Amino acid sequence: MDPYGWLQIAIFVGLIVAATKPMGIYLSRILDPDAQTFLSPLISPVERLFYRLFGLKRREEQGWRAYLFSLLVFSCLSMIFSYLIMRLQHLLPLNPQGFGPVNPDLSFNTAASFTTNTNWQNYSGESTMSYFSQMVALTFHNFVSAACGIAVSAALVRGIARQRSRTVGNFWVDLVRINLYLLLPLSLVFAVFLVSQGVVQNFKPYVVSQLAEPANHSVLQEADTGNERGGARSDTLMTDRKVRIQTIVQGPVASQVAIKMLGTNGGGYTNANAAHPYENPTPLSNFVQIFSIFLIPAGLTYYLGLALKNRRHGWAIFTTMLVLFLAGLIVCWFEEVSGNPRMHEIGVSAAPGNMEGKEVRFGIFGSALFATVTTDASCGAVNSMHDSFTPLGGLVPLVNIQLGEVIFGGVGSGLYGMLAFVILAIFLAGLMVGRTPEYCGKKIEAYDVKMCAFVVLVSIFAILGFAAFGAVTKWGTRALGNAGPHGLTEIIYAFSSAAGNNGSAFAGLSGNTVWYNVTLGIAMLCGRFLVMVPVMALSGNLAAKRLVPVSPGSFPAWGFLFVVLVAGTVLIVGALTFLPALALGPIVEQFLTNASSSLY
Amino acid sequence: MKTLFQEIKYSVIGILSLGILLCGIYPLVTWTVAQVFFHEKANGSLLMEENQIIGSALLAQGFTGHQYFHPRPSAAGGGYDAVSSGGSNLGPLSRTLSEMVQKRVDEYRKENGLDADIPVPADAVTSSGSGLDPHISPENALIQAKRVARERGMTDKAMLQKIADHTEGRTLWLFGQPRVNVLTLNCALDGRL
Repeated sequence: MDPYGWLQIAIFVGLIVAATKPMGIYLSRILDPDAQTFLSPLISPVERLFYRLFGLKRREEQGWRAYLFSLLVFSCLSMIFSYLIMRLQHLLPLNPQGFGPVNPDLSFNTAASFTTNTNWQNYSGESTMSYFSQMVALTFHNFVSAACGIAVSAALVRGIARQRSRTVGNFWVDLVRINLYLLLPLSLVFAVFLVSQGVVQNFKPYVVSQLAEPANHSVLQEADTGNERGGARSDTLMTDRKVRIQTIVQGPVASQVAIKMLGTNGGGYTNANAAHPYENPTPLSNFVQIFSIFLIPAGLTYYLGLALKNRRHGWAIFTTMLVLFLAGLIVCWFEEVSGNPRMHEIGVSAAPGNMEGKEVRFGIFGSALFATVTTDASCGAVNSMHDSFTPLGGLVPLVNIQLGEVIFGGVGSGLYGMLAFVILAIFLAGLMVGRTPEYCGKKIEAYDVKMCAFVVLVSIFAILGFAAFGAVTKWGTRALGNAGPHGLTEIIYAFSSAAGNNGSAFAGLSGNTVWYNVTLGIAMLCGRFLVMVPVMALSGNLAAKRLVPVSPGSFPAWGFLFVVLVAGTVLIVGALTFLPALALGPIVEQFLTNASSSLY
Repeated sequence: MKTLFQEIKYSVIGILSLGILLCGIYPLVTWTVAQVFFHEKANGSLLMEENQIIGSALLAQGFTGHQYFHPRPSAAGGGYDAVSSGGSNLGPLSRTLSEMVQKRVDEYRKENGLDADIPVPADAVTSSGSGLDPHISPENALIQAKRVARERGMTDKAMLQKIADHTEGRTLWLFGQPRVNVLTLNCALDGRL
């Protein structure tokens, strides 16, 4: 744990704190249809064009049911849109490698994955998806699923801020404004920065290079890429062959990577995701990518404070998230620096730490920071292979996801998930003192608490239910890449990642089977939309209430006590739910590492 | 029913209009800027020798000969396969991993004449996340330097200079790790760059 790491933590936290206020102010302008931003002179003509195409009035608002209905119809149709593009990619343009259509079950899984902002990938991008599929079927959702998340969080914030209101905003206006004013300009700047670091952006066919030293390799004769060729999947065959060439991936990578980070999507252009030098070429691109994951979620906490005219509340939530983030980061970093004793025993240097699955240019710290941030938020991009982390180092990403991804969280989804915990915490505090709980001037009643409990319970059931199903079936265990407790962790991680809409993986699991494609797809859809429904119901219910004046008996939604209470609620719910499962996975693995010499 | 049709209409308009903007205009604008201002990087930082592409400065190639520096082990396809990037994904208690690393440790020691009591640099015997990691640590490069210099009949000093030429420090003295680019170093040794 060298001073470079500590200094980077200080800079990272400093940058996030510094960016939160300007980002929050900008978000509050975007999410208010009447407000102007500094980009308005440039963008508002385009915005008006969109409204004219829709035949929509900017000030037309929707109730929570209508808002939710618009979102669900849009998500459903755009999911079908992406599914069809993948199924038909062989007929569509920009397919220089001539990839065949993607399997139906894999297409379903991928469409569900990107629609839900999960970006779990059961395929390897560079050998499955055409440029058109990457650019249209997948990147489209990188934008709109992020916008949907922000839209729902904005609707919830409006619901809390308004009184006796029937409406919570207009979904289409939010969708258009978030994309035009926020995601598109940020992505454009970010993508150009990424190219300056070495991320590729072109439409050329893959390049063939002559190897300096031809080598004998066992090569995959015909890999199972998830494409259909002649209707049947081909088997994997290893043969020894003289390799003289290296085929180098090309494509519109930078434009896709920019929004995959900003929108906390995480779906890599290539199989290795942000570990691939073409997606993340330098330590600087790495640091900026990590920063970009937290940028919008952090700004949303300030937006909350602004909208509720209670900036201390926004900062209190920010602090809660920051504390939980730092705790995870330090554990993960410490464990990865400590390394794997099994390696040290056979003569591998203990410095710098566990390098299996990590890149030299990022080092241990750059990998641990990325892993913690990508799972705090619902990003799921990876710059190192979580499956090869030490037991407790890998526990951190897993627990981050299982806590509900509320530590900054996905764009929008992090805020509304955290607000559900906030309301639960205030409800618990109310129980302790025996008063009707109030949150920002709104009485919290049975209906609201039920909706919050529903938000928390959905992903719990999806994670544990499906993971238990997978762990006791043949299809579940046949896909494992590791034996012993690590295998169980792979299954638990997969369904946590899917239901939590994260998308990172213990990637030893070969998830591209019909069973996994379908179950993971369903888990993702549950984890996204079954959470949005109660959130929107909560929003509508709170909007209709009247504000009660703050009294000396009201529990203050800021300060030390509040932060401890909310963090405690998040941790206790998570621990009570997942500790038994974790004890059988990473925790027992940690004991085996230190107290035995067993290998699996 | 009327609202359903209305919403479907909005959704189709939304998919088409946002699709054209976000999946057409956006990548094309990025592409234009990238190709104009960062032509080489936007096309993969390719290394050329007389109009022939010999690799990318960002992607590792396999080297096994004694006269070359060796990159990190690769789990990408059959090794260094740039269309199947990925790591080994083996867990810390994996027997396969332990056996594999043990083999690499023995080979590394034998090749470089390293004593049995000196630990082997971690990056030299573990596979990277992408399988295409173009770099090795300076410690690893220094151990290999003796062997390569001997094979090529170079002086240690000239070799250290070559390594220094292909070493990058921390970005802004802070971010990332010091590292040596194996492919560009090897090509430079061959006089191909």
